[in-house]
Amino acid sequence: MNYVLENATDTTGKLVEVLIESGRIVSGRTKGVNHEIIDCKGLYVLPGFVDLHTHLREPGFENSETIKSGSRSAAAGGYTAVHAMANTFPVADTAGVVEQVFRIGGEVGLVQVQPIGAVTVGLQGVQLAELGAMHDSAANVRIFSDDGNCVHDPLLMRRALEYVKAFDGIVAQHAQDPRLTKNSQMNEGHVSSRLGLAGWPALAEESIISRDIMLTELTGSRLHVCHVSTRRSVELIRDAKARGISVTAEVTPHHLILTEDLAETYDPVYKVNPPLRTSDDVRALREGLIDGTIDVIATDHAPHPKESKDTEWGSAAFGMIGLEHAYSIAQLVLIDSGNSSMTRLAEVMSVAAARISGLVDQGNYLEVGSVANLTLVDTKKGWNAESRTHSKSSNNPYVGMDFTGAVVHTIYDGEFTLRDQILRKDEPNV
Amino acid sequence: MKNLLSAADLTRAEIISLLDLAHEMSDVNEREIKKLPTLRGKTVVNLFFEDSTRTKISFELAAKRLSADVINFAAKGSSVSKGESLKDTAQTLEAMGADAIVIRHSSSGSAHRLAHSGWVRSKVINAGDGSHEHPTQALLDAMTIRQALVDSALGSDLAGKKVLIVGDIAHSRVARSNLILLKELGAIVATCGPATLVPSSLEPNGGIYYSLDRAIDEFAPDAVLMLRIQAERMEASFFPTEREYSRLWGMNGDRLSRLPSSSILLHPGPMNRGLEIDAASADSLQSRILDQVQNGVAIRMAVLFQLLSSDKGGAE
Repeated sequence: MNYVLENATDTTGKLVEVLIESGRIVSGRTKGVNHEIIDCKGLYVLPGFVDLHTHLREPGFENSETIKSGSRSAAAGGYTAVHAMANTFPVADTAGVVEQVFRIGGEVGLVQVQPIGAVTVGLQGVQLAELGAMHDSAANVRIFSDDGNCVHDPLLMRRALEYVKAFDGIVAQHAQDPRLTKNSQMNEGHVSSRLGLAGWPALAEESIISRDIMLTELTGSRLHVCHVSTRRSVELIRDAKARGISVTAEVTPHHLILTEDLAETYDPVYKVNPPLRTSDDVRALREGLIDGTIDVIATDHAPHPKESKDTEWGSAAFGMIGLEHAYSIAQLVLIDSGNSSMTRLAEVMSVAAARISGLVDQGNYLEVGSVANLTLVDTKKGWNAESRTHSKSSNNPYVGMDFTGAVVHTIYDGEFTLRDQILRKDEPNV
Repeated sequence: MKNLLSAADLTRAEIISLLDLAHEMSDVNEREIKKLPTLRGKTVVNLFFEDSTRTKISFELAAKRLSADVINFAAKGSSVSKGESLKDTAQTLEAMGADAIVIRHSSSGSAHRLAHSGWVRSKVINAGDGSHEHPTQALLDAMTIRQALVDSALGSDLAGKKVLIVGDIAHSRVARSNLILLKELGAIVATCGPATLVPSSLEPNGGIYYSLDRAIDEFAPDAVLMLRIQAERMEASFFPTEREYSRLWGMNGDRLSRLPSSSILLHPGPMNRGLEIDAASADSLQSRILDQVQNGVAIRMAVLFQLLSSDKGGAE
């Protein structure tokens, strides 16, 4: 189909007309071609969102999420690309598994599904997985992560950083010293002491980030730090960037607005890894996001079935969903706060993630000739978060919260996957 | 009172009235026929996911002395060891007609979760949740301290009384509940133990001591509460050896003699004699450890009475 998006507002506040023909952005209407004209008055047009950190759970944990349900949730949240984390069963540590995820993602066709490969076999932190084979596969894996586990052995981390240089790869580290966080349940501090929940010191994250920055400098490789959650972590990354080290970082939507006090309810919907931190950490994360220390908002969308959360805190699984709330949280933190701009929002929700991952068809904002991956948002629209989303799971910490700003249309590969907030119906069954 | 989950659920007035009520209840325990008909037709479930002989027996006795029916459910060898969840276990027992659930569980917050998740409608009494709280223990400790140190005990609080809690504060639900409850009664509470086991973030109003000798000499406590030390803490490097722990933080005859002569000694039990407390101290005249056990039954009677006698219809 060919579309004309009329009266949309671009990130600089200018009114623009966006022409899409055969899936690509064009500069002028081709004669003799029919266009559907869509009035986008009052909507901002943004580059389609790119999530660097999504748990799609398939293969192995289809009771939590499938590539299809996760893709639907992503499209509803304005995403045109997601990066599927490797902690599936079997683990995405071979070319076969990443190709399977890549292929099913393509068949669902609602969003570009880019697999992330495991750094070590079975996420066990002992032996490198076949990183080269995963890179050379149809999935063309470039980011590797043992997310959920930290690559804590310094020698193995050094080898991984060195090894991925061969194909300009990146190691995305889940920074958590396992010895300092044995049985840890929530952020260490006054609240954990009072609640009697084993503390998770900020240092457990910061010491690994600090070490990894030095290893990255030593090896001249590329490091991406997953879900940064503390003030000192932000400072370490800021310093490393100032020294020219190739480090990038992400923050999750939940770490931008939720704090450790929520654990006082003992409701495991607030149990997440890394844990919710203090309001001072939240301030530092927001500052880091605005000043460029933190490159992207990544959801760490982590669906879990009801039985994994309908328990006492200690037995519950870590994680929360977030694909459908990320945009509104980004708007709250960057725009409604008056502290940043729509250009920066487009950067942290799309452009930077596409650049880090090397996705050539994503994050190309209104460039003529590029594949049309676009998201249109209404910054004025208010909504109340319900427990149900398009995800298969409802471990949703935002239930009952009021948000401003909503995704209205998502255009992936030149076609609407979400239109007027309704998902495309005709996706093939997988 | 709907539930008793935390010592913080209770105001000063509520604590004093519970202590006074327990005082009355202890008279029942002195009688030849140790039974009141108050909770006839009520069912109390002791839901114990952790081994605990004393607390379970104490609750059981308390419920029986009030004529309630008691069901004991111990997790070991039950469906729980076959993977049944807390939710299913609690719902199953409620379906059998429980009016109150007394829960002991290794996970902090489990009692709170049971009471607030909508799983059950029964009243919930926290009999120890992980490293969080053990409110009836704090109540019985307060009762014991009041009995020993306050002249006309009924109606009184613990204003100005100095209490020293010694041992593994970090992992102790007894310490947490006592810190809240004794402070609410006006006591000055200090903590003492190795720095690995005494979190500064709990901020006791009487200060923190890393040396028991200094605490005895400088704080001069009216009551000393020795906590049980668990061998697994040593294995996790919280302290080097039992001998060193005992030497630095154990109560012994010498330390006892340096305490004010009116001071009393408490221990929630079971004791590791020779580790955190030696025989001379445990069996001394200053020891109130057996009073604690007696008062435990009375306090639990008072709590069960408060929780269950308010909705008298029985059948509804």
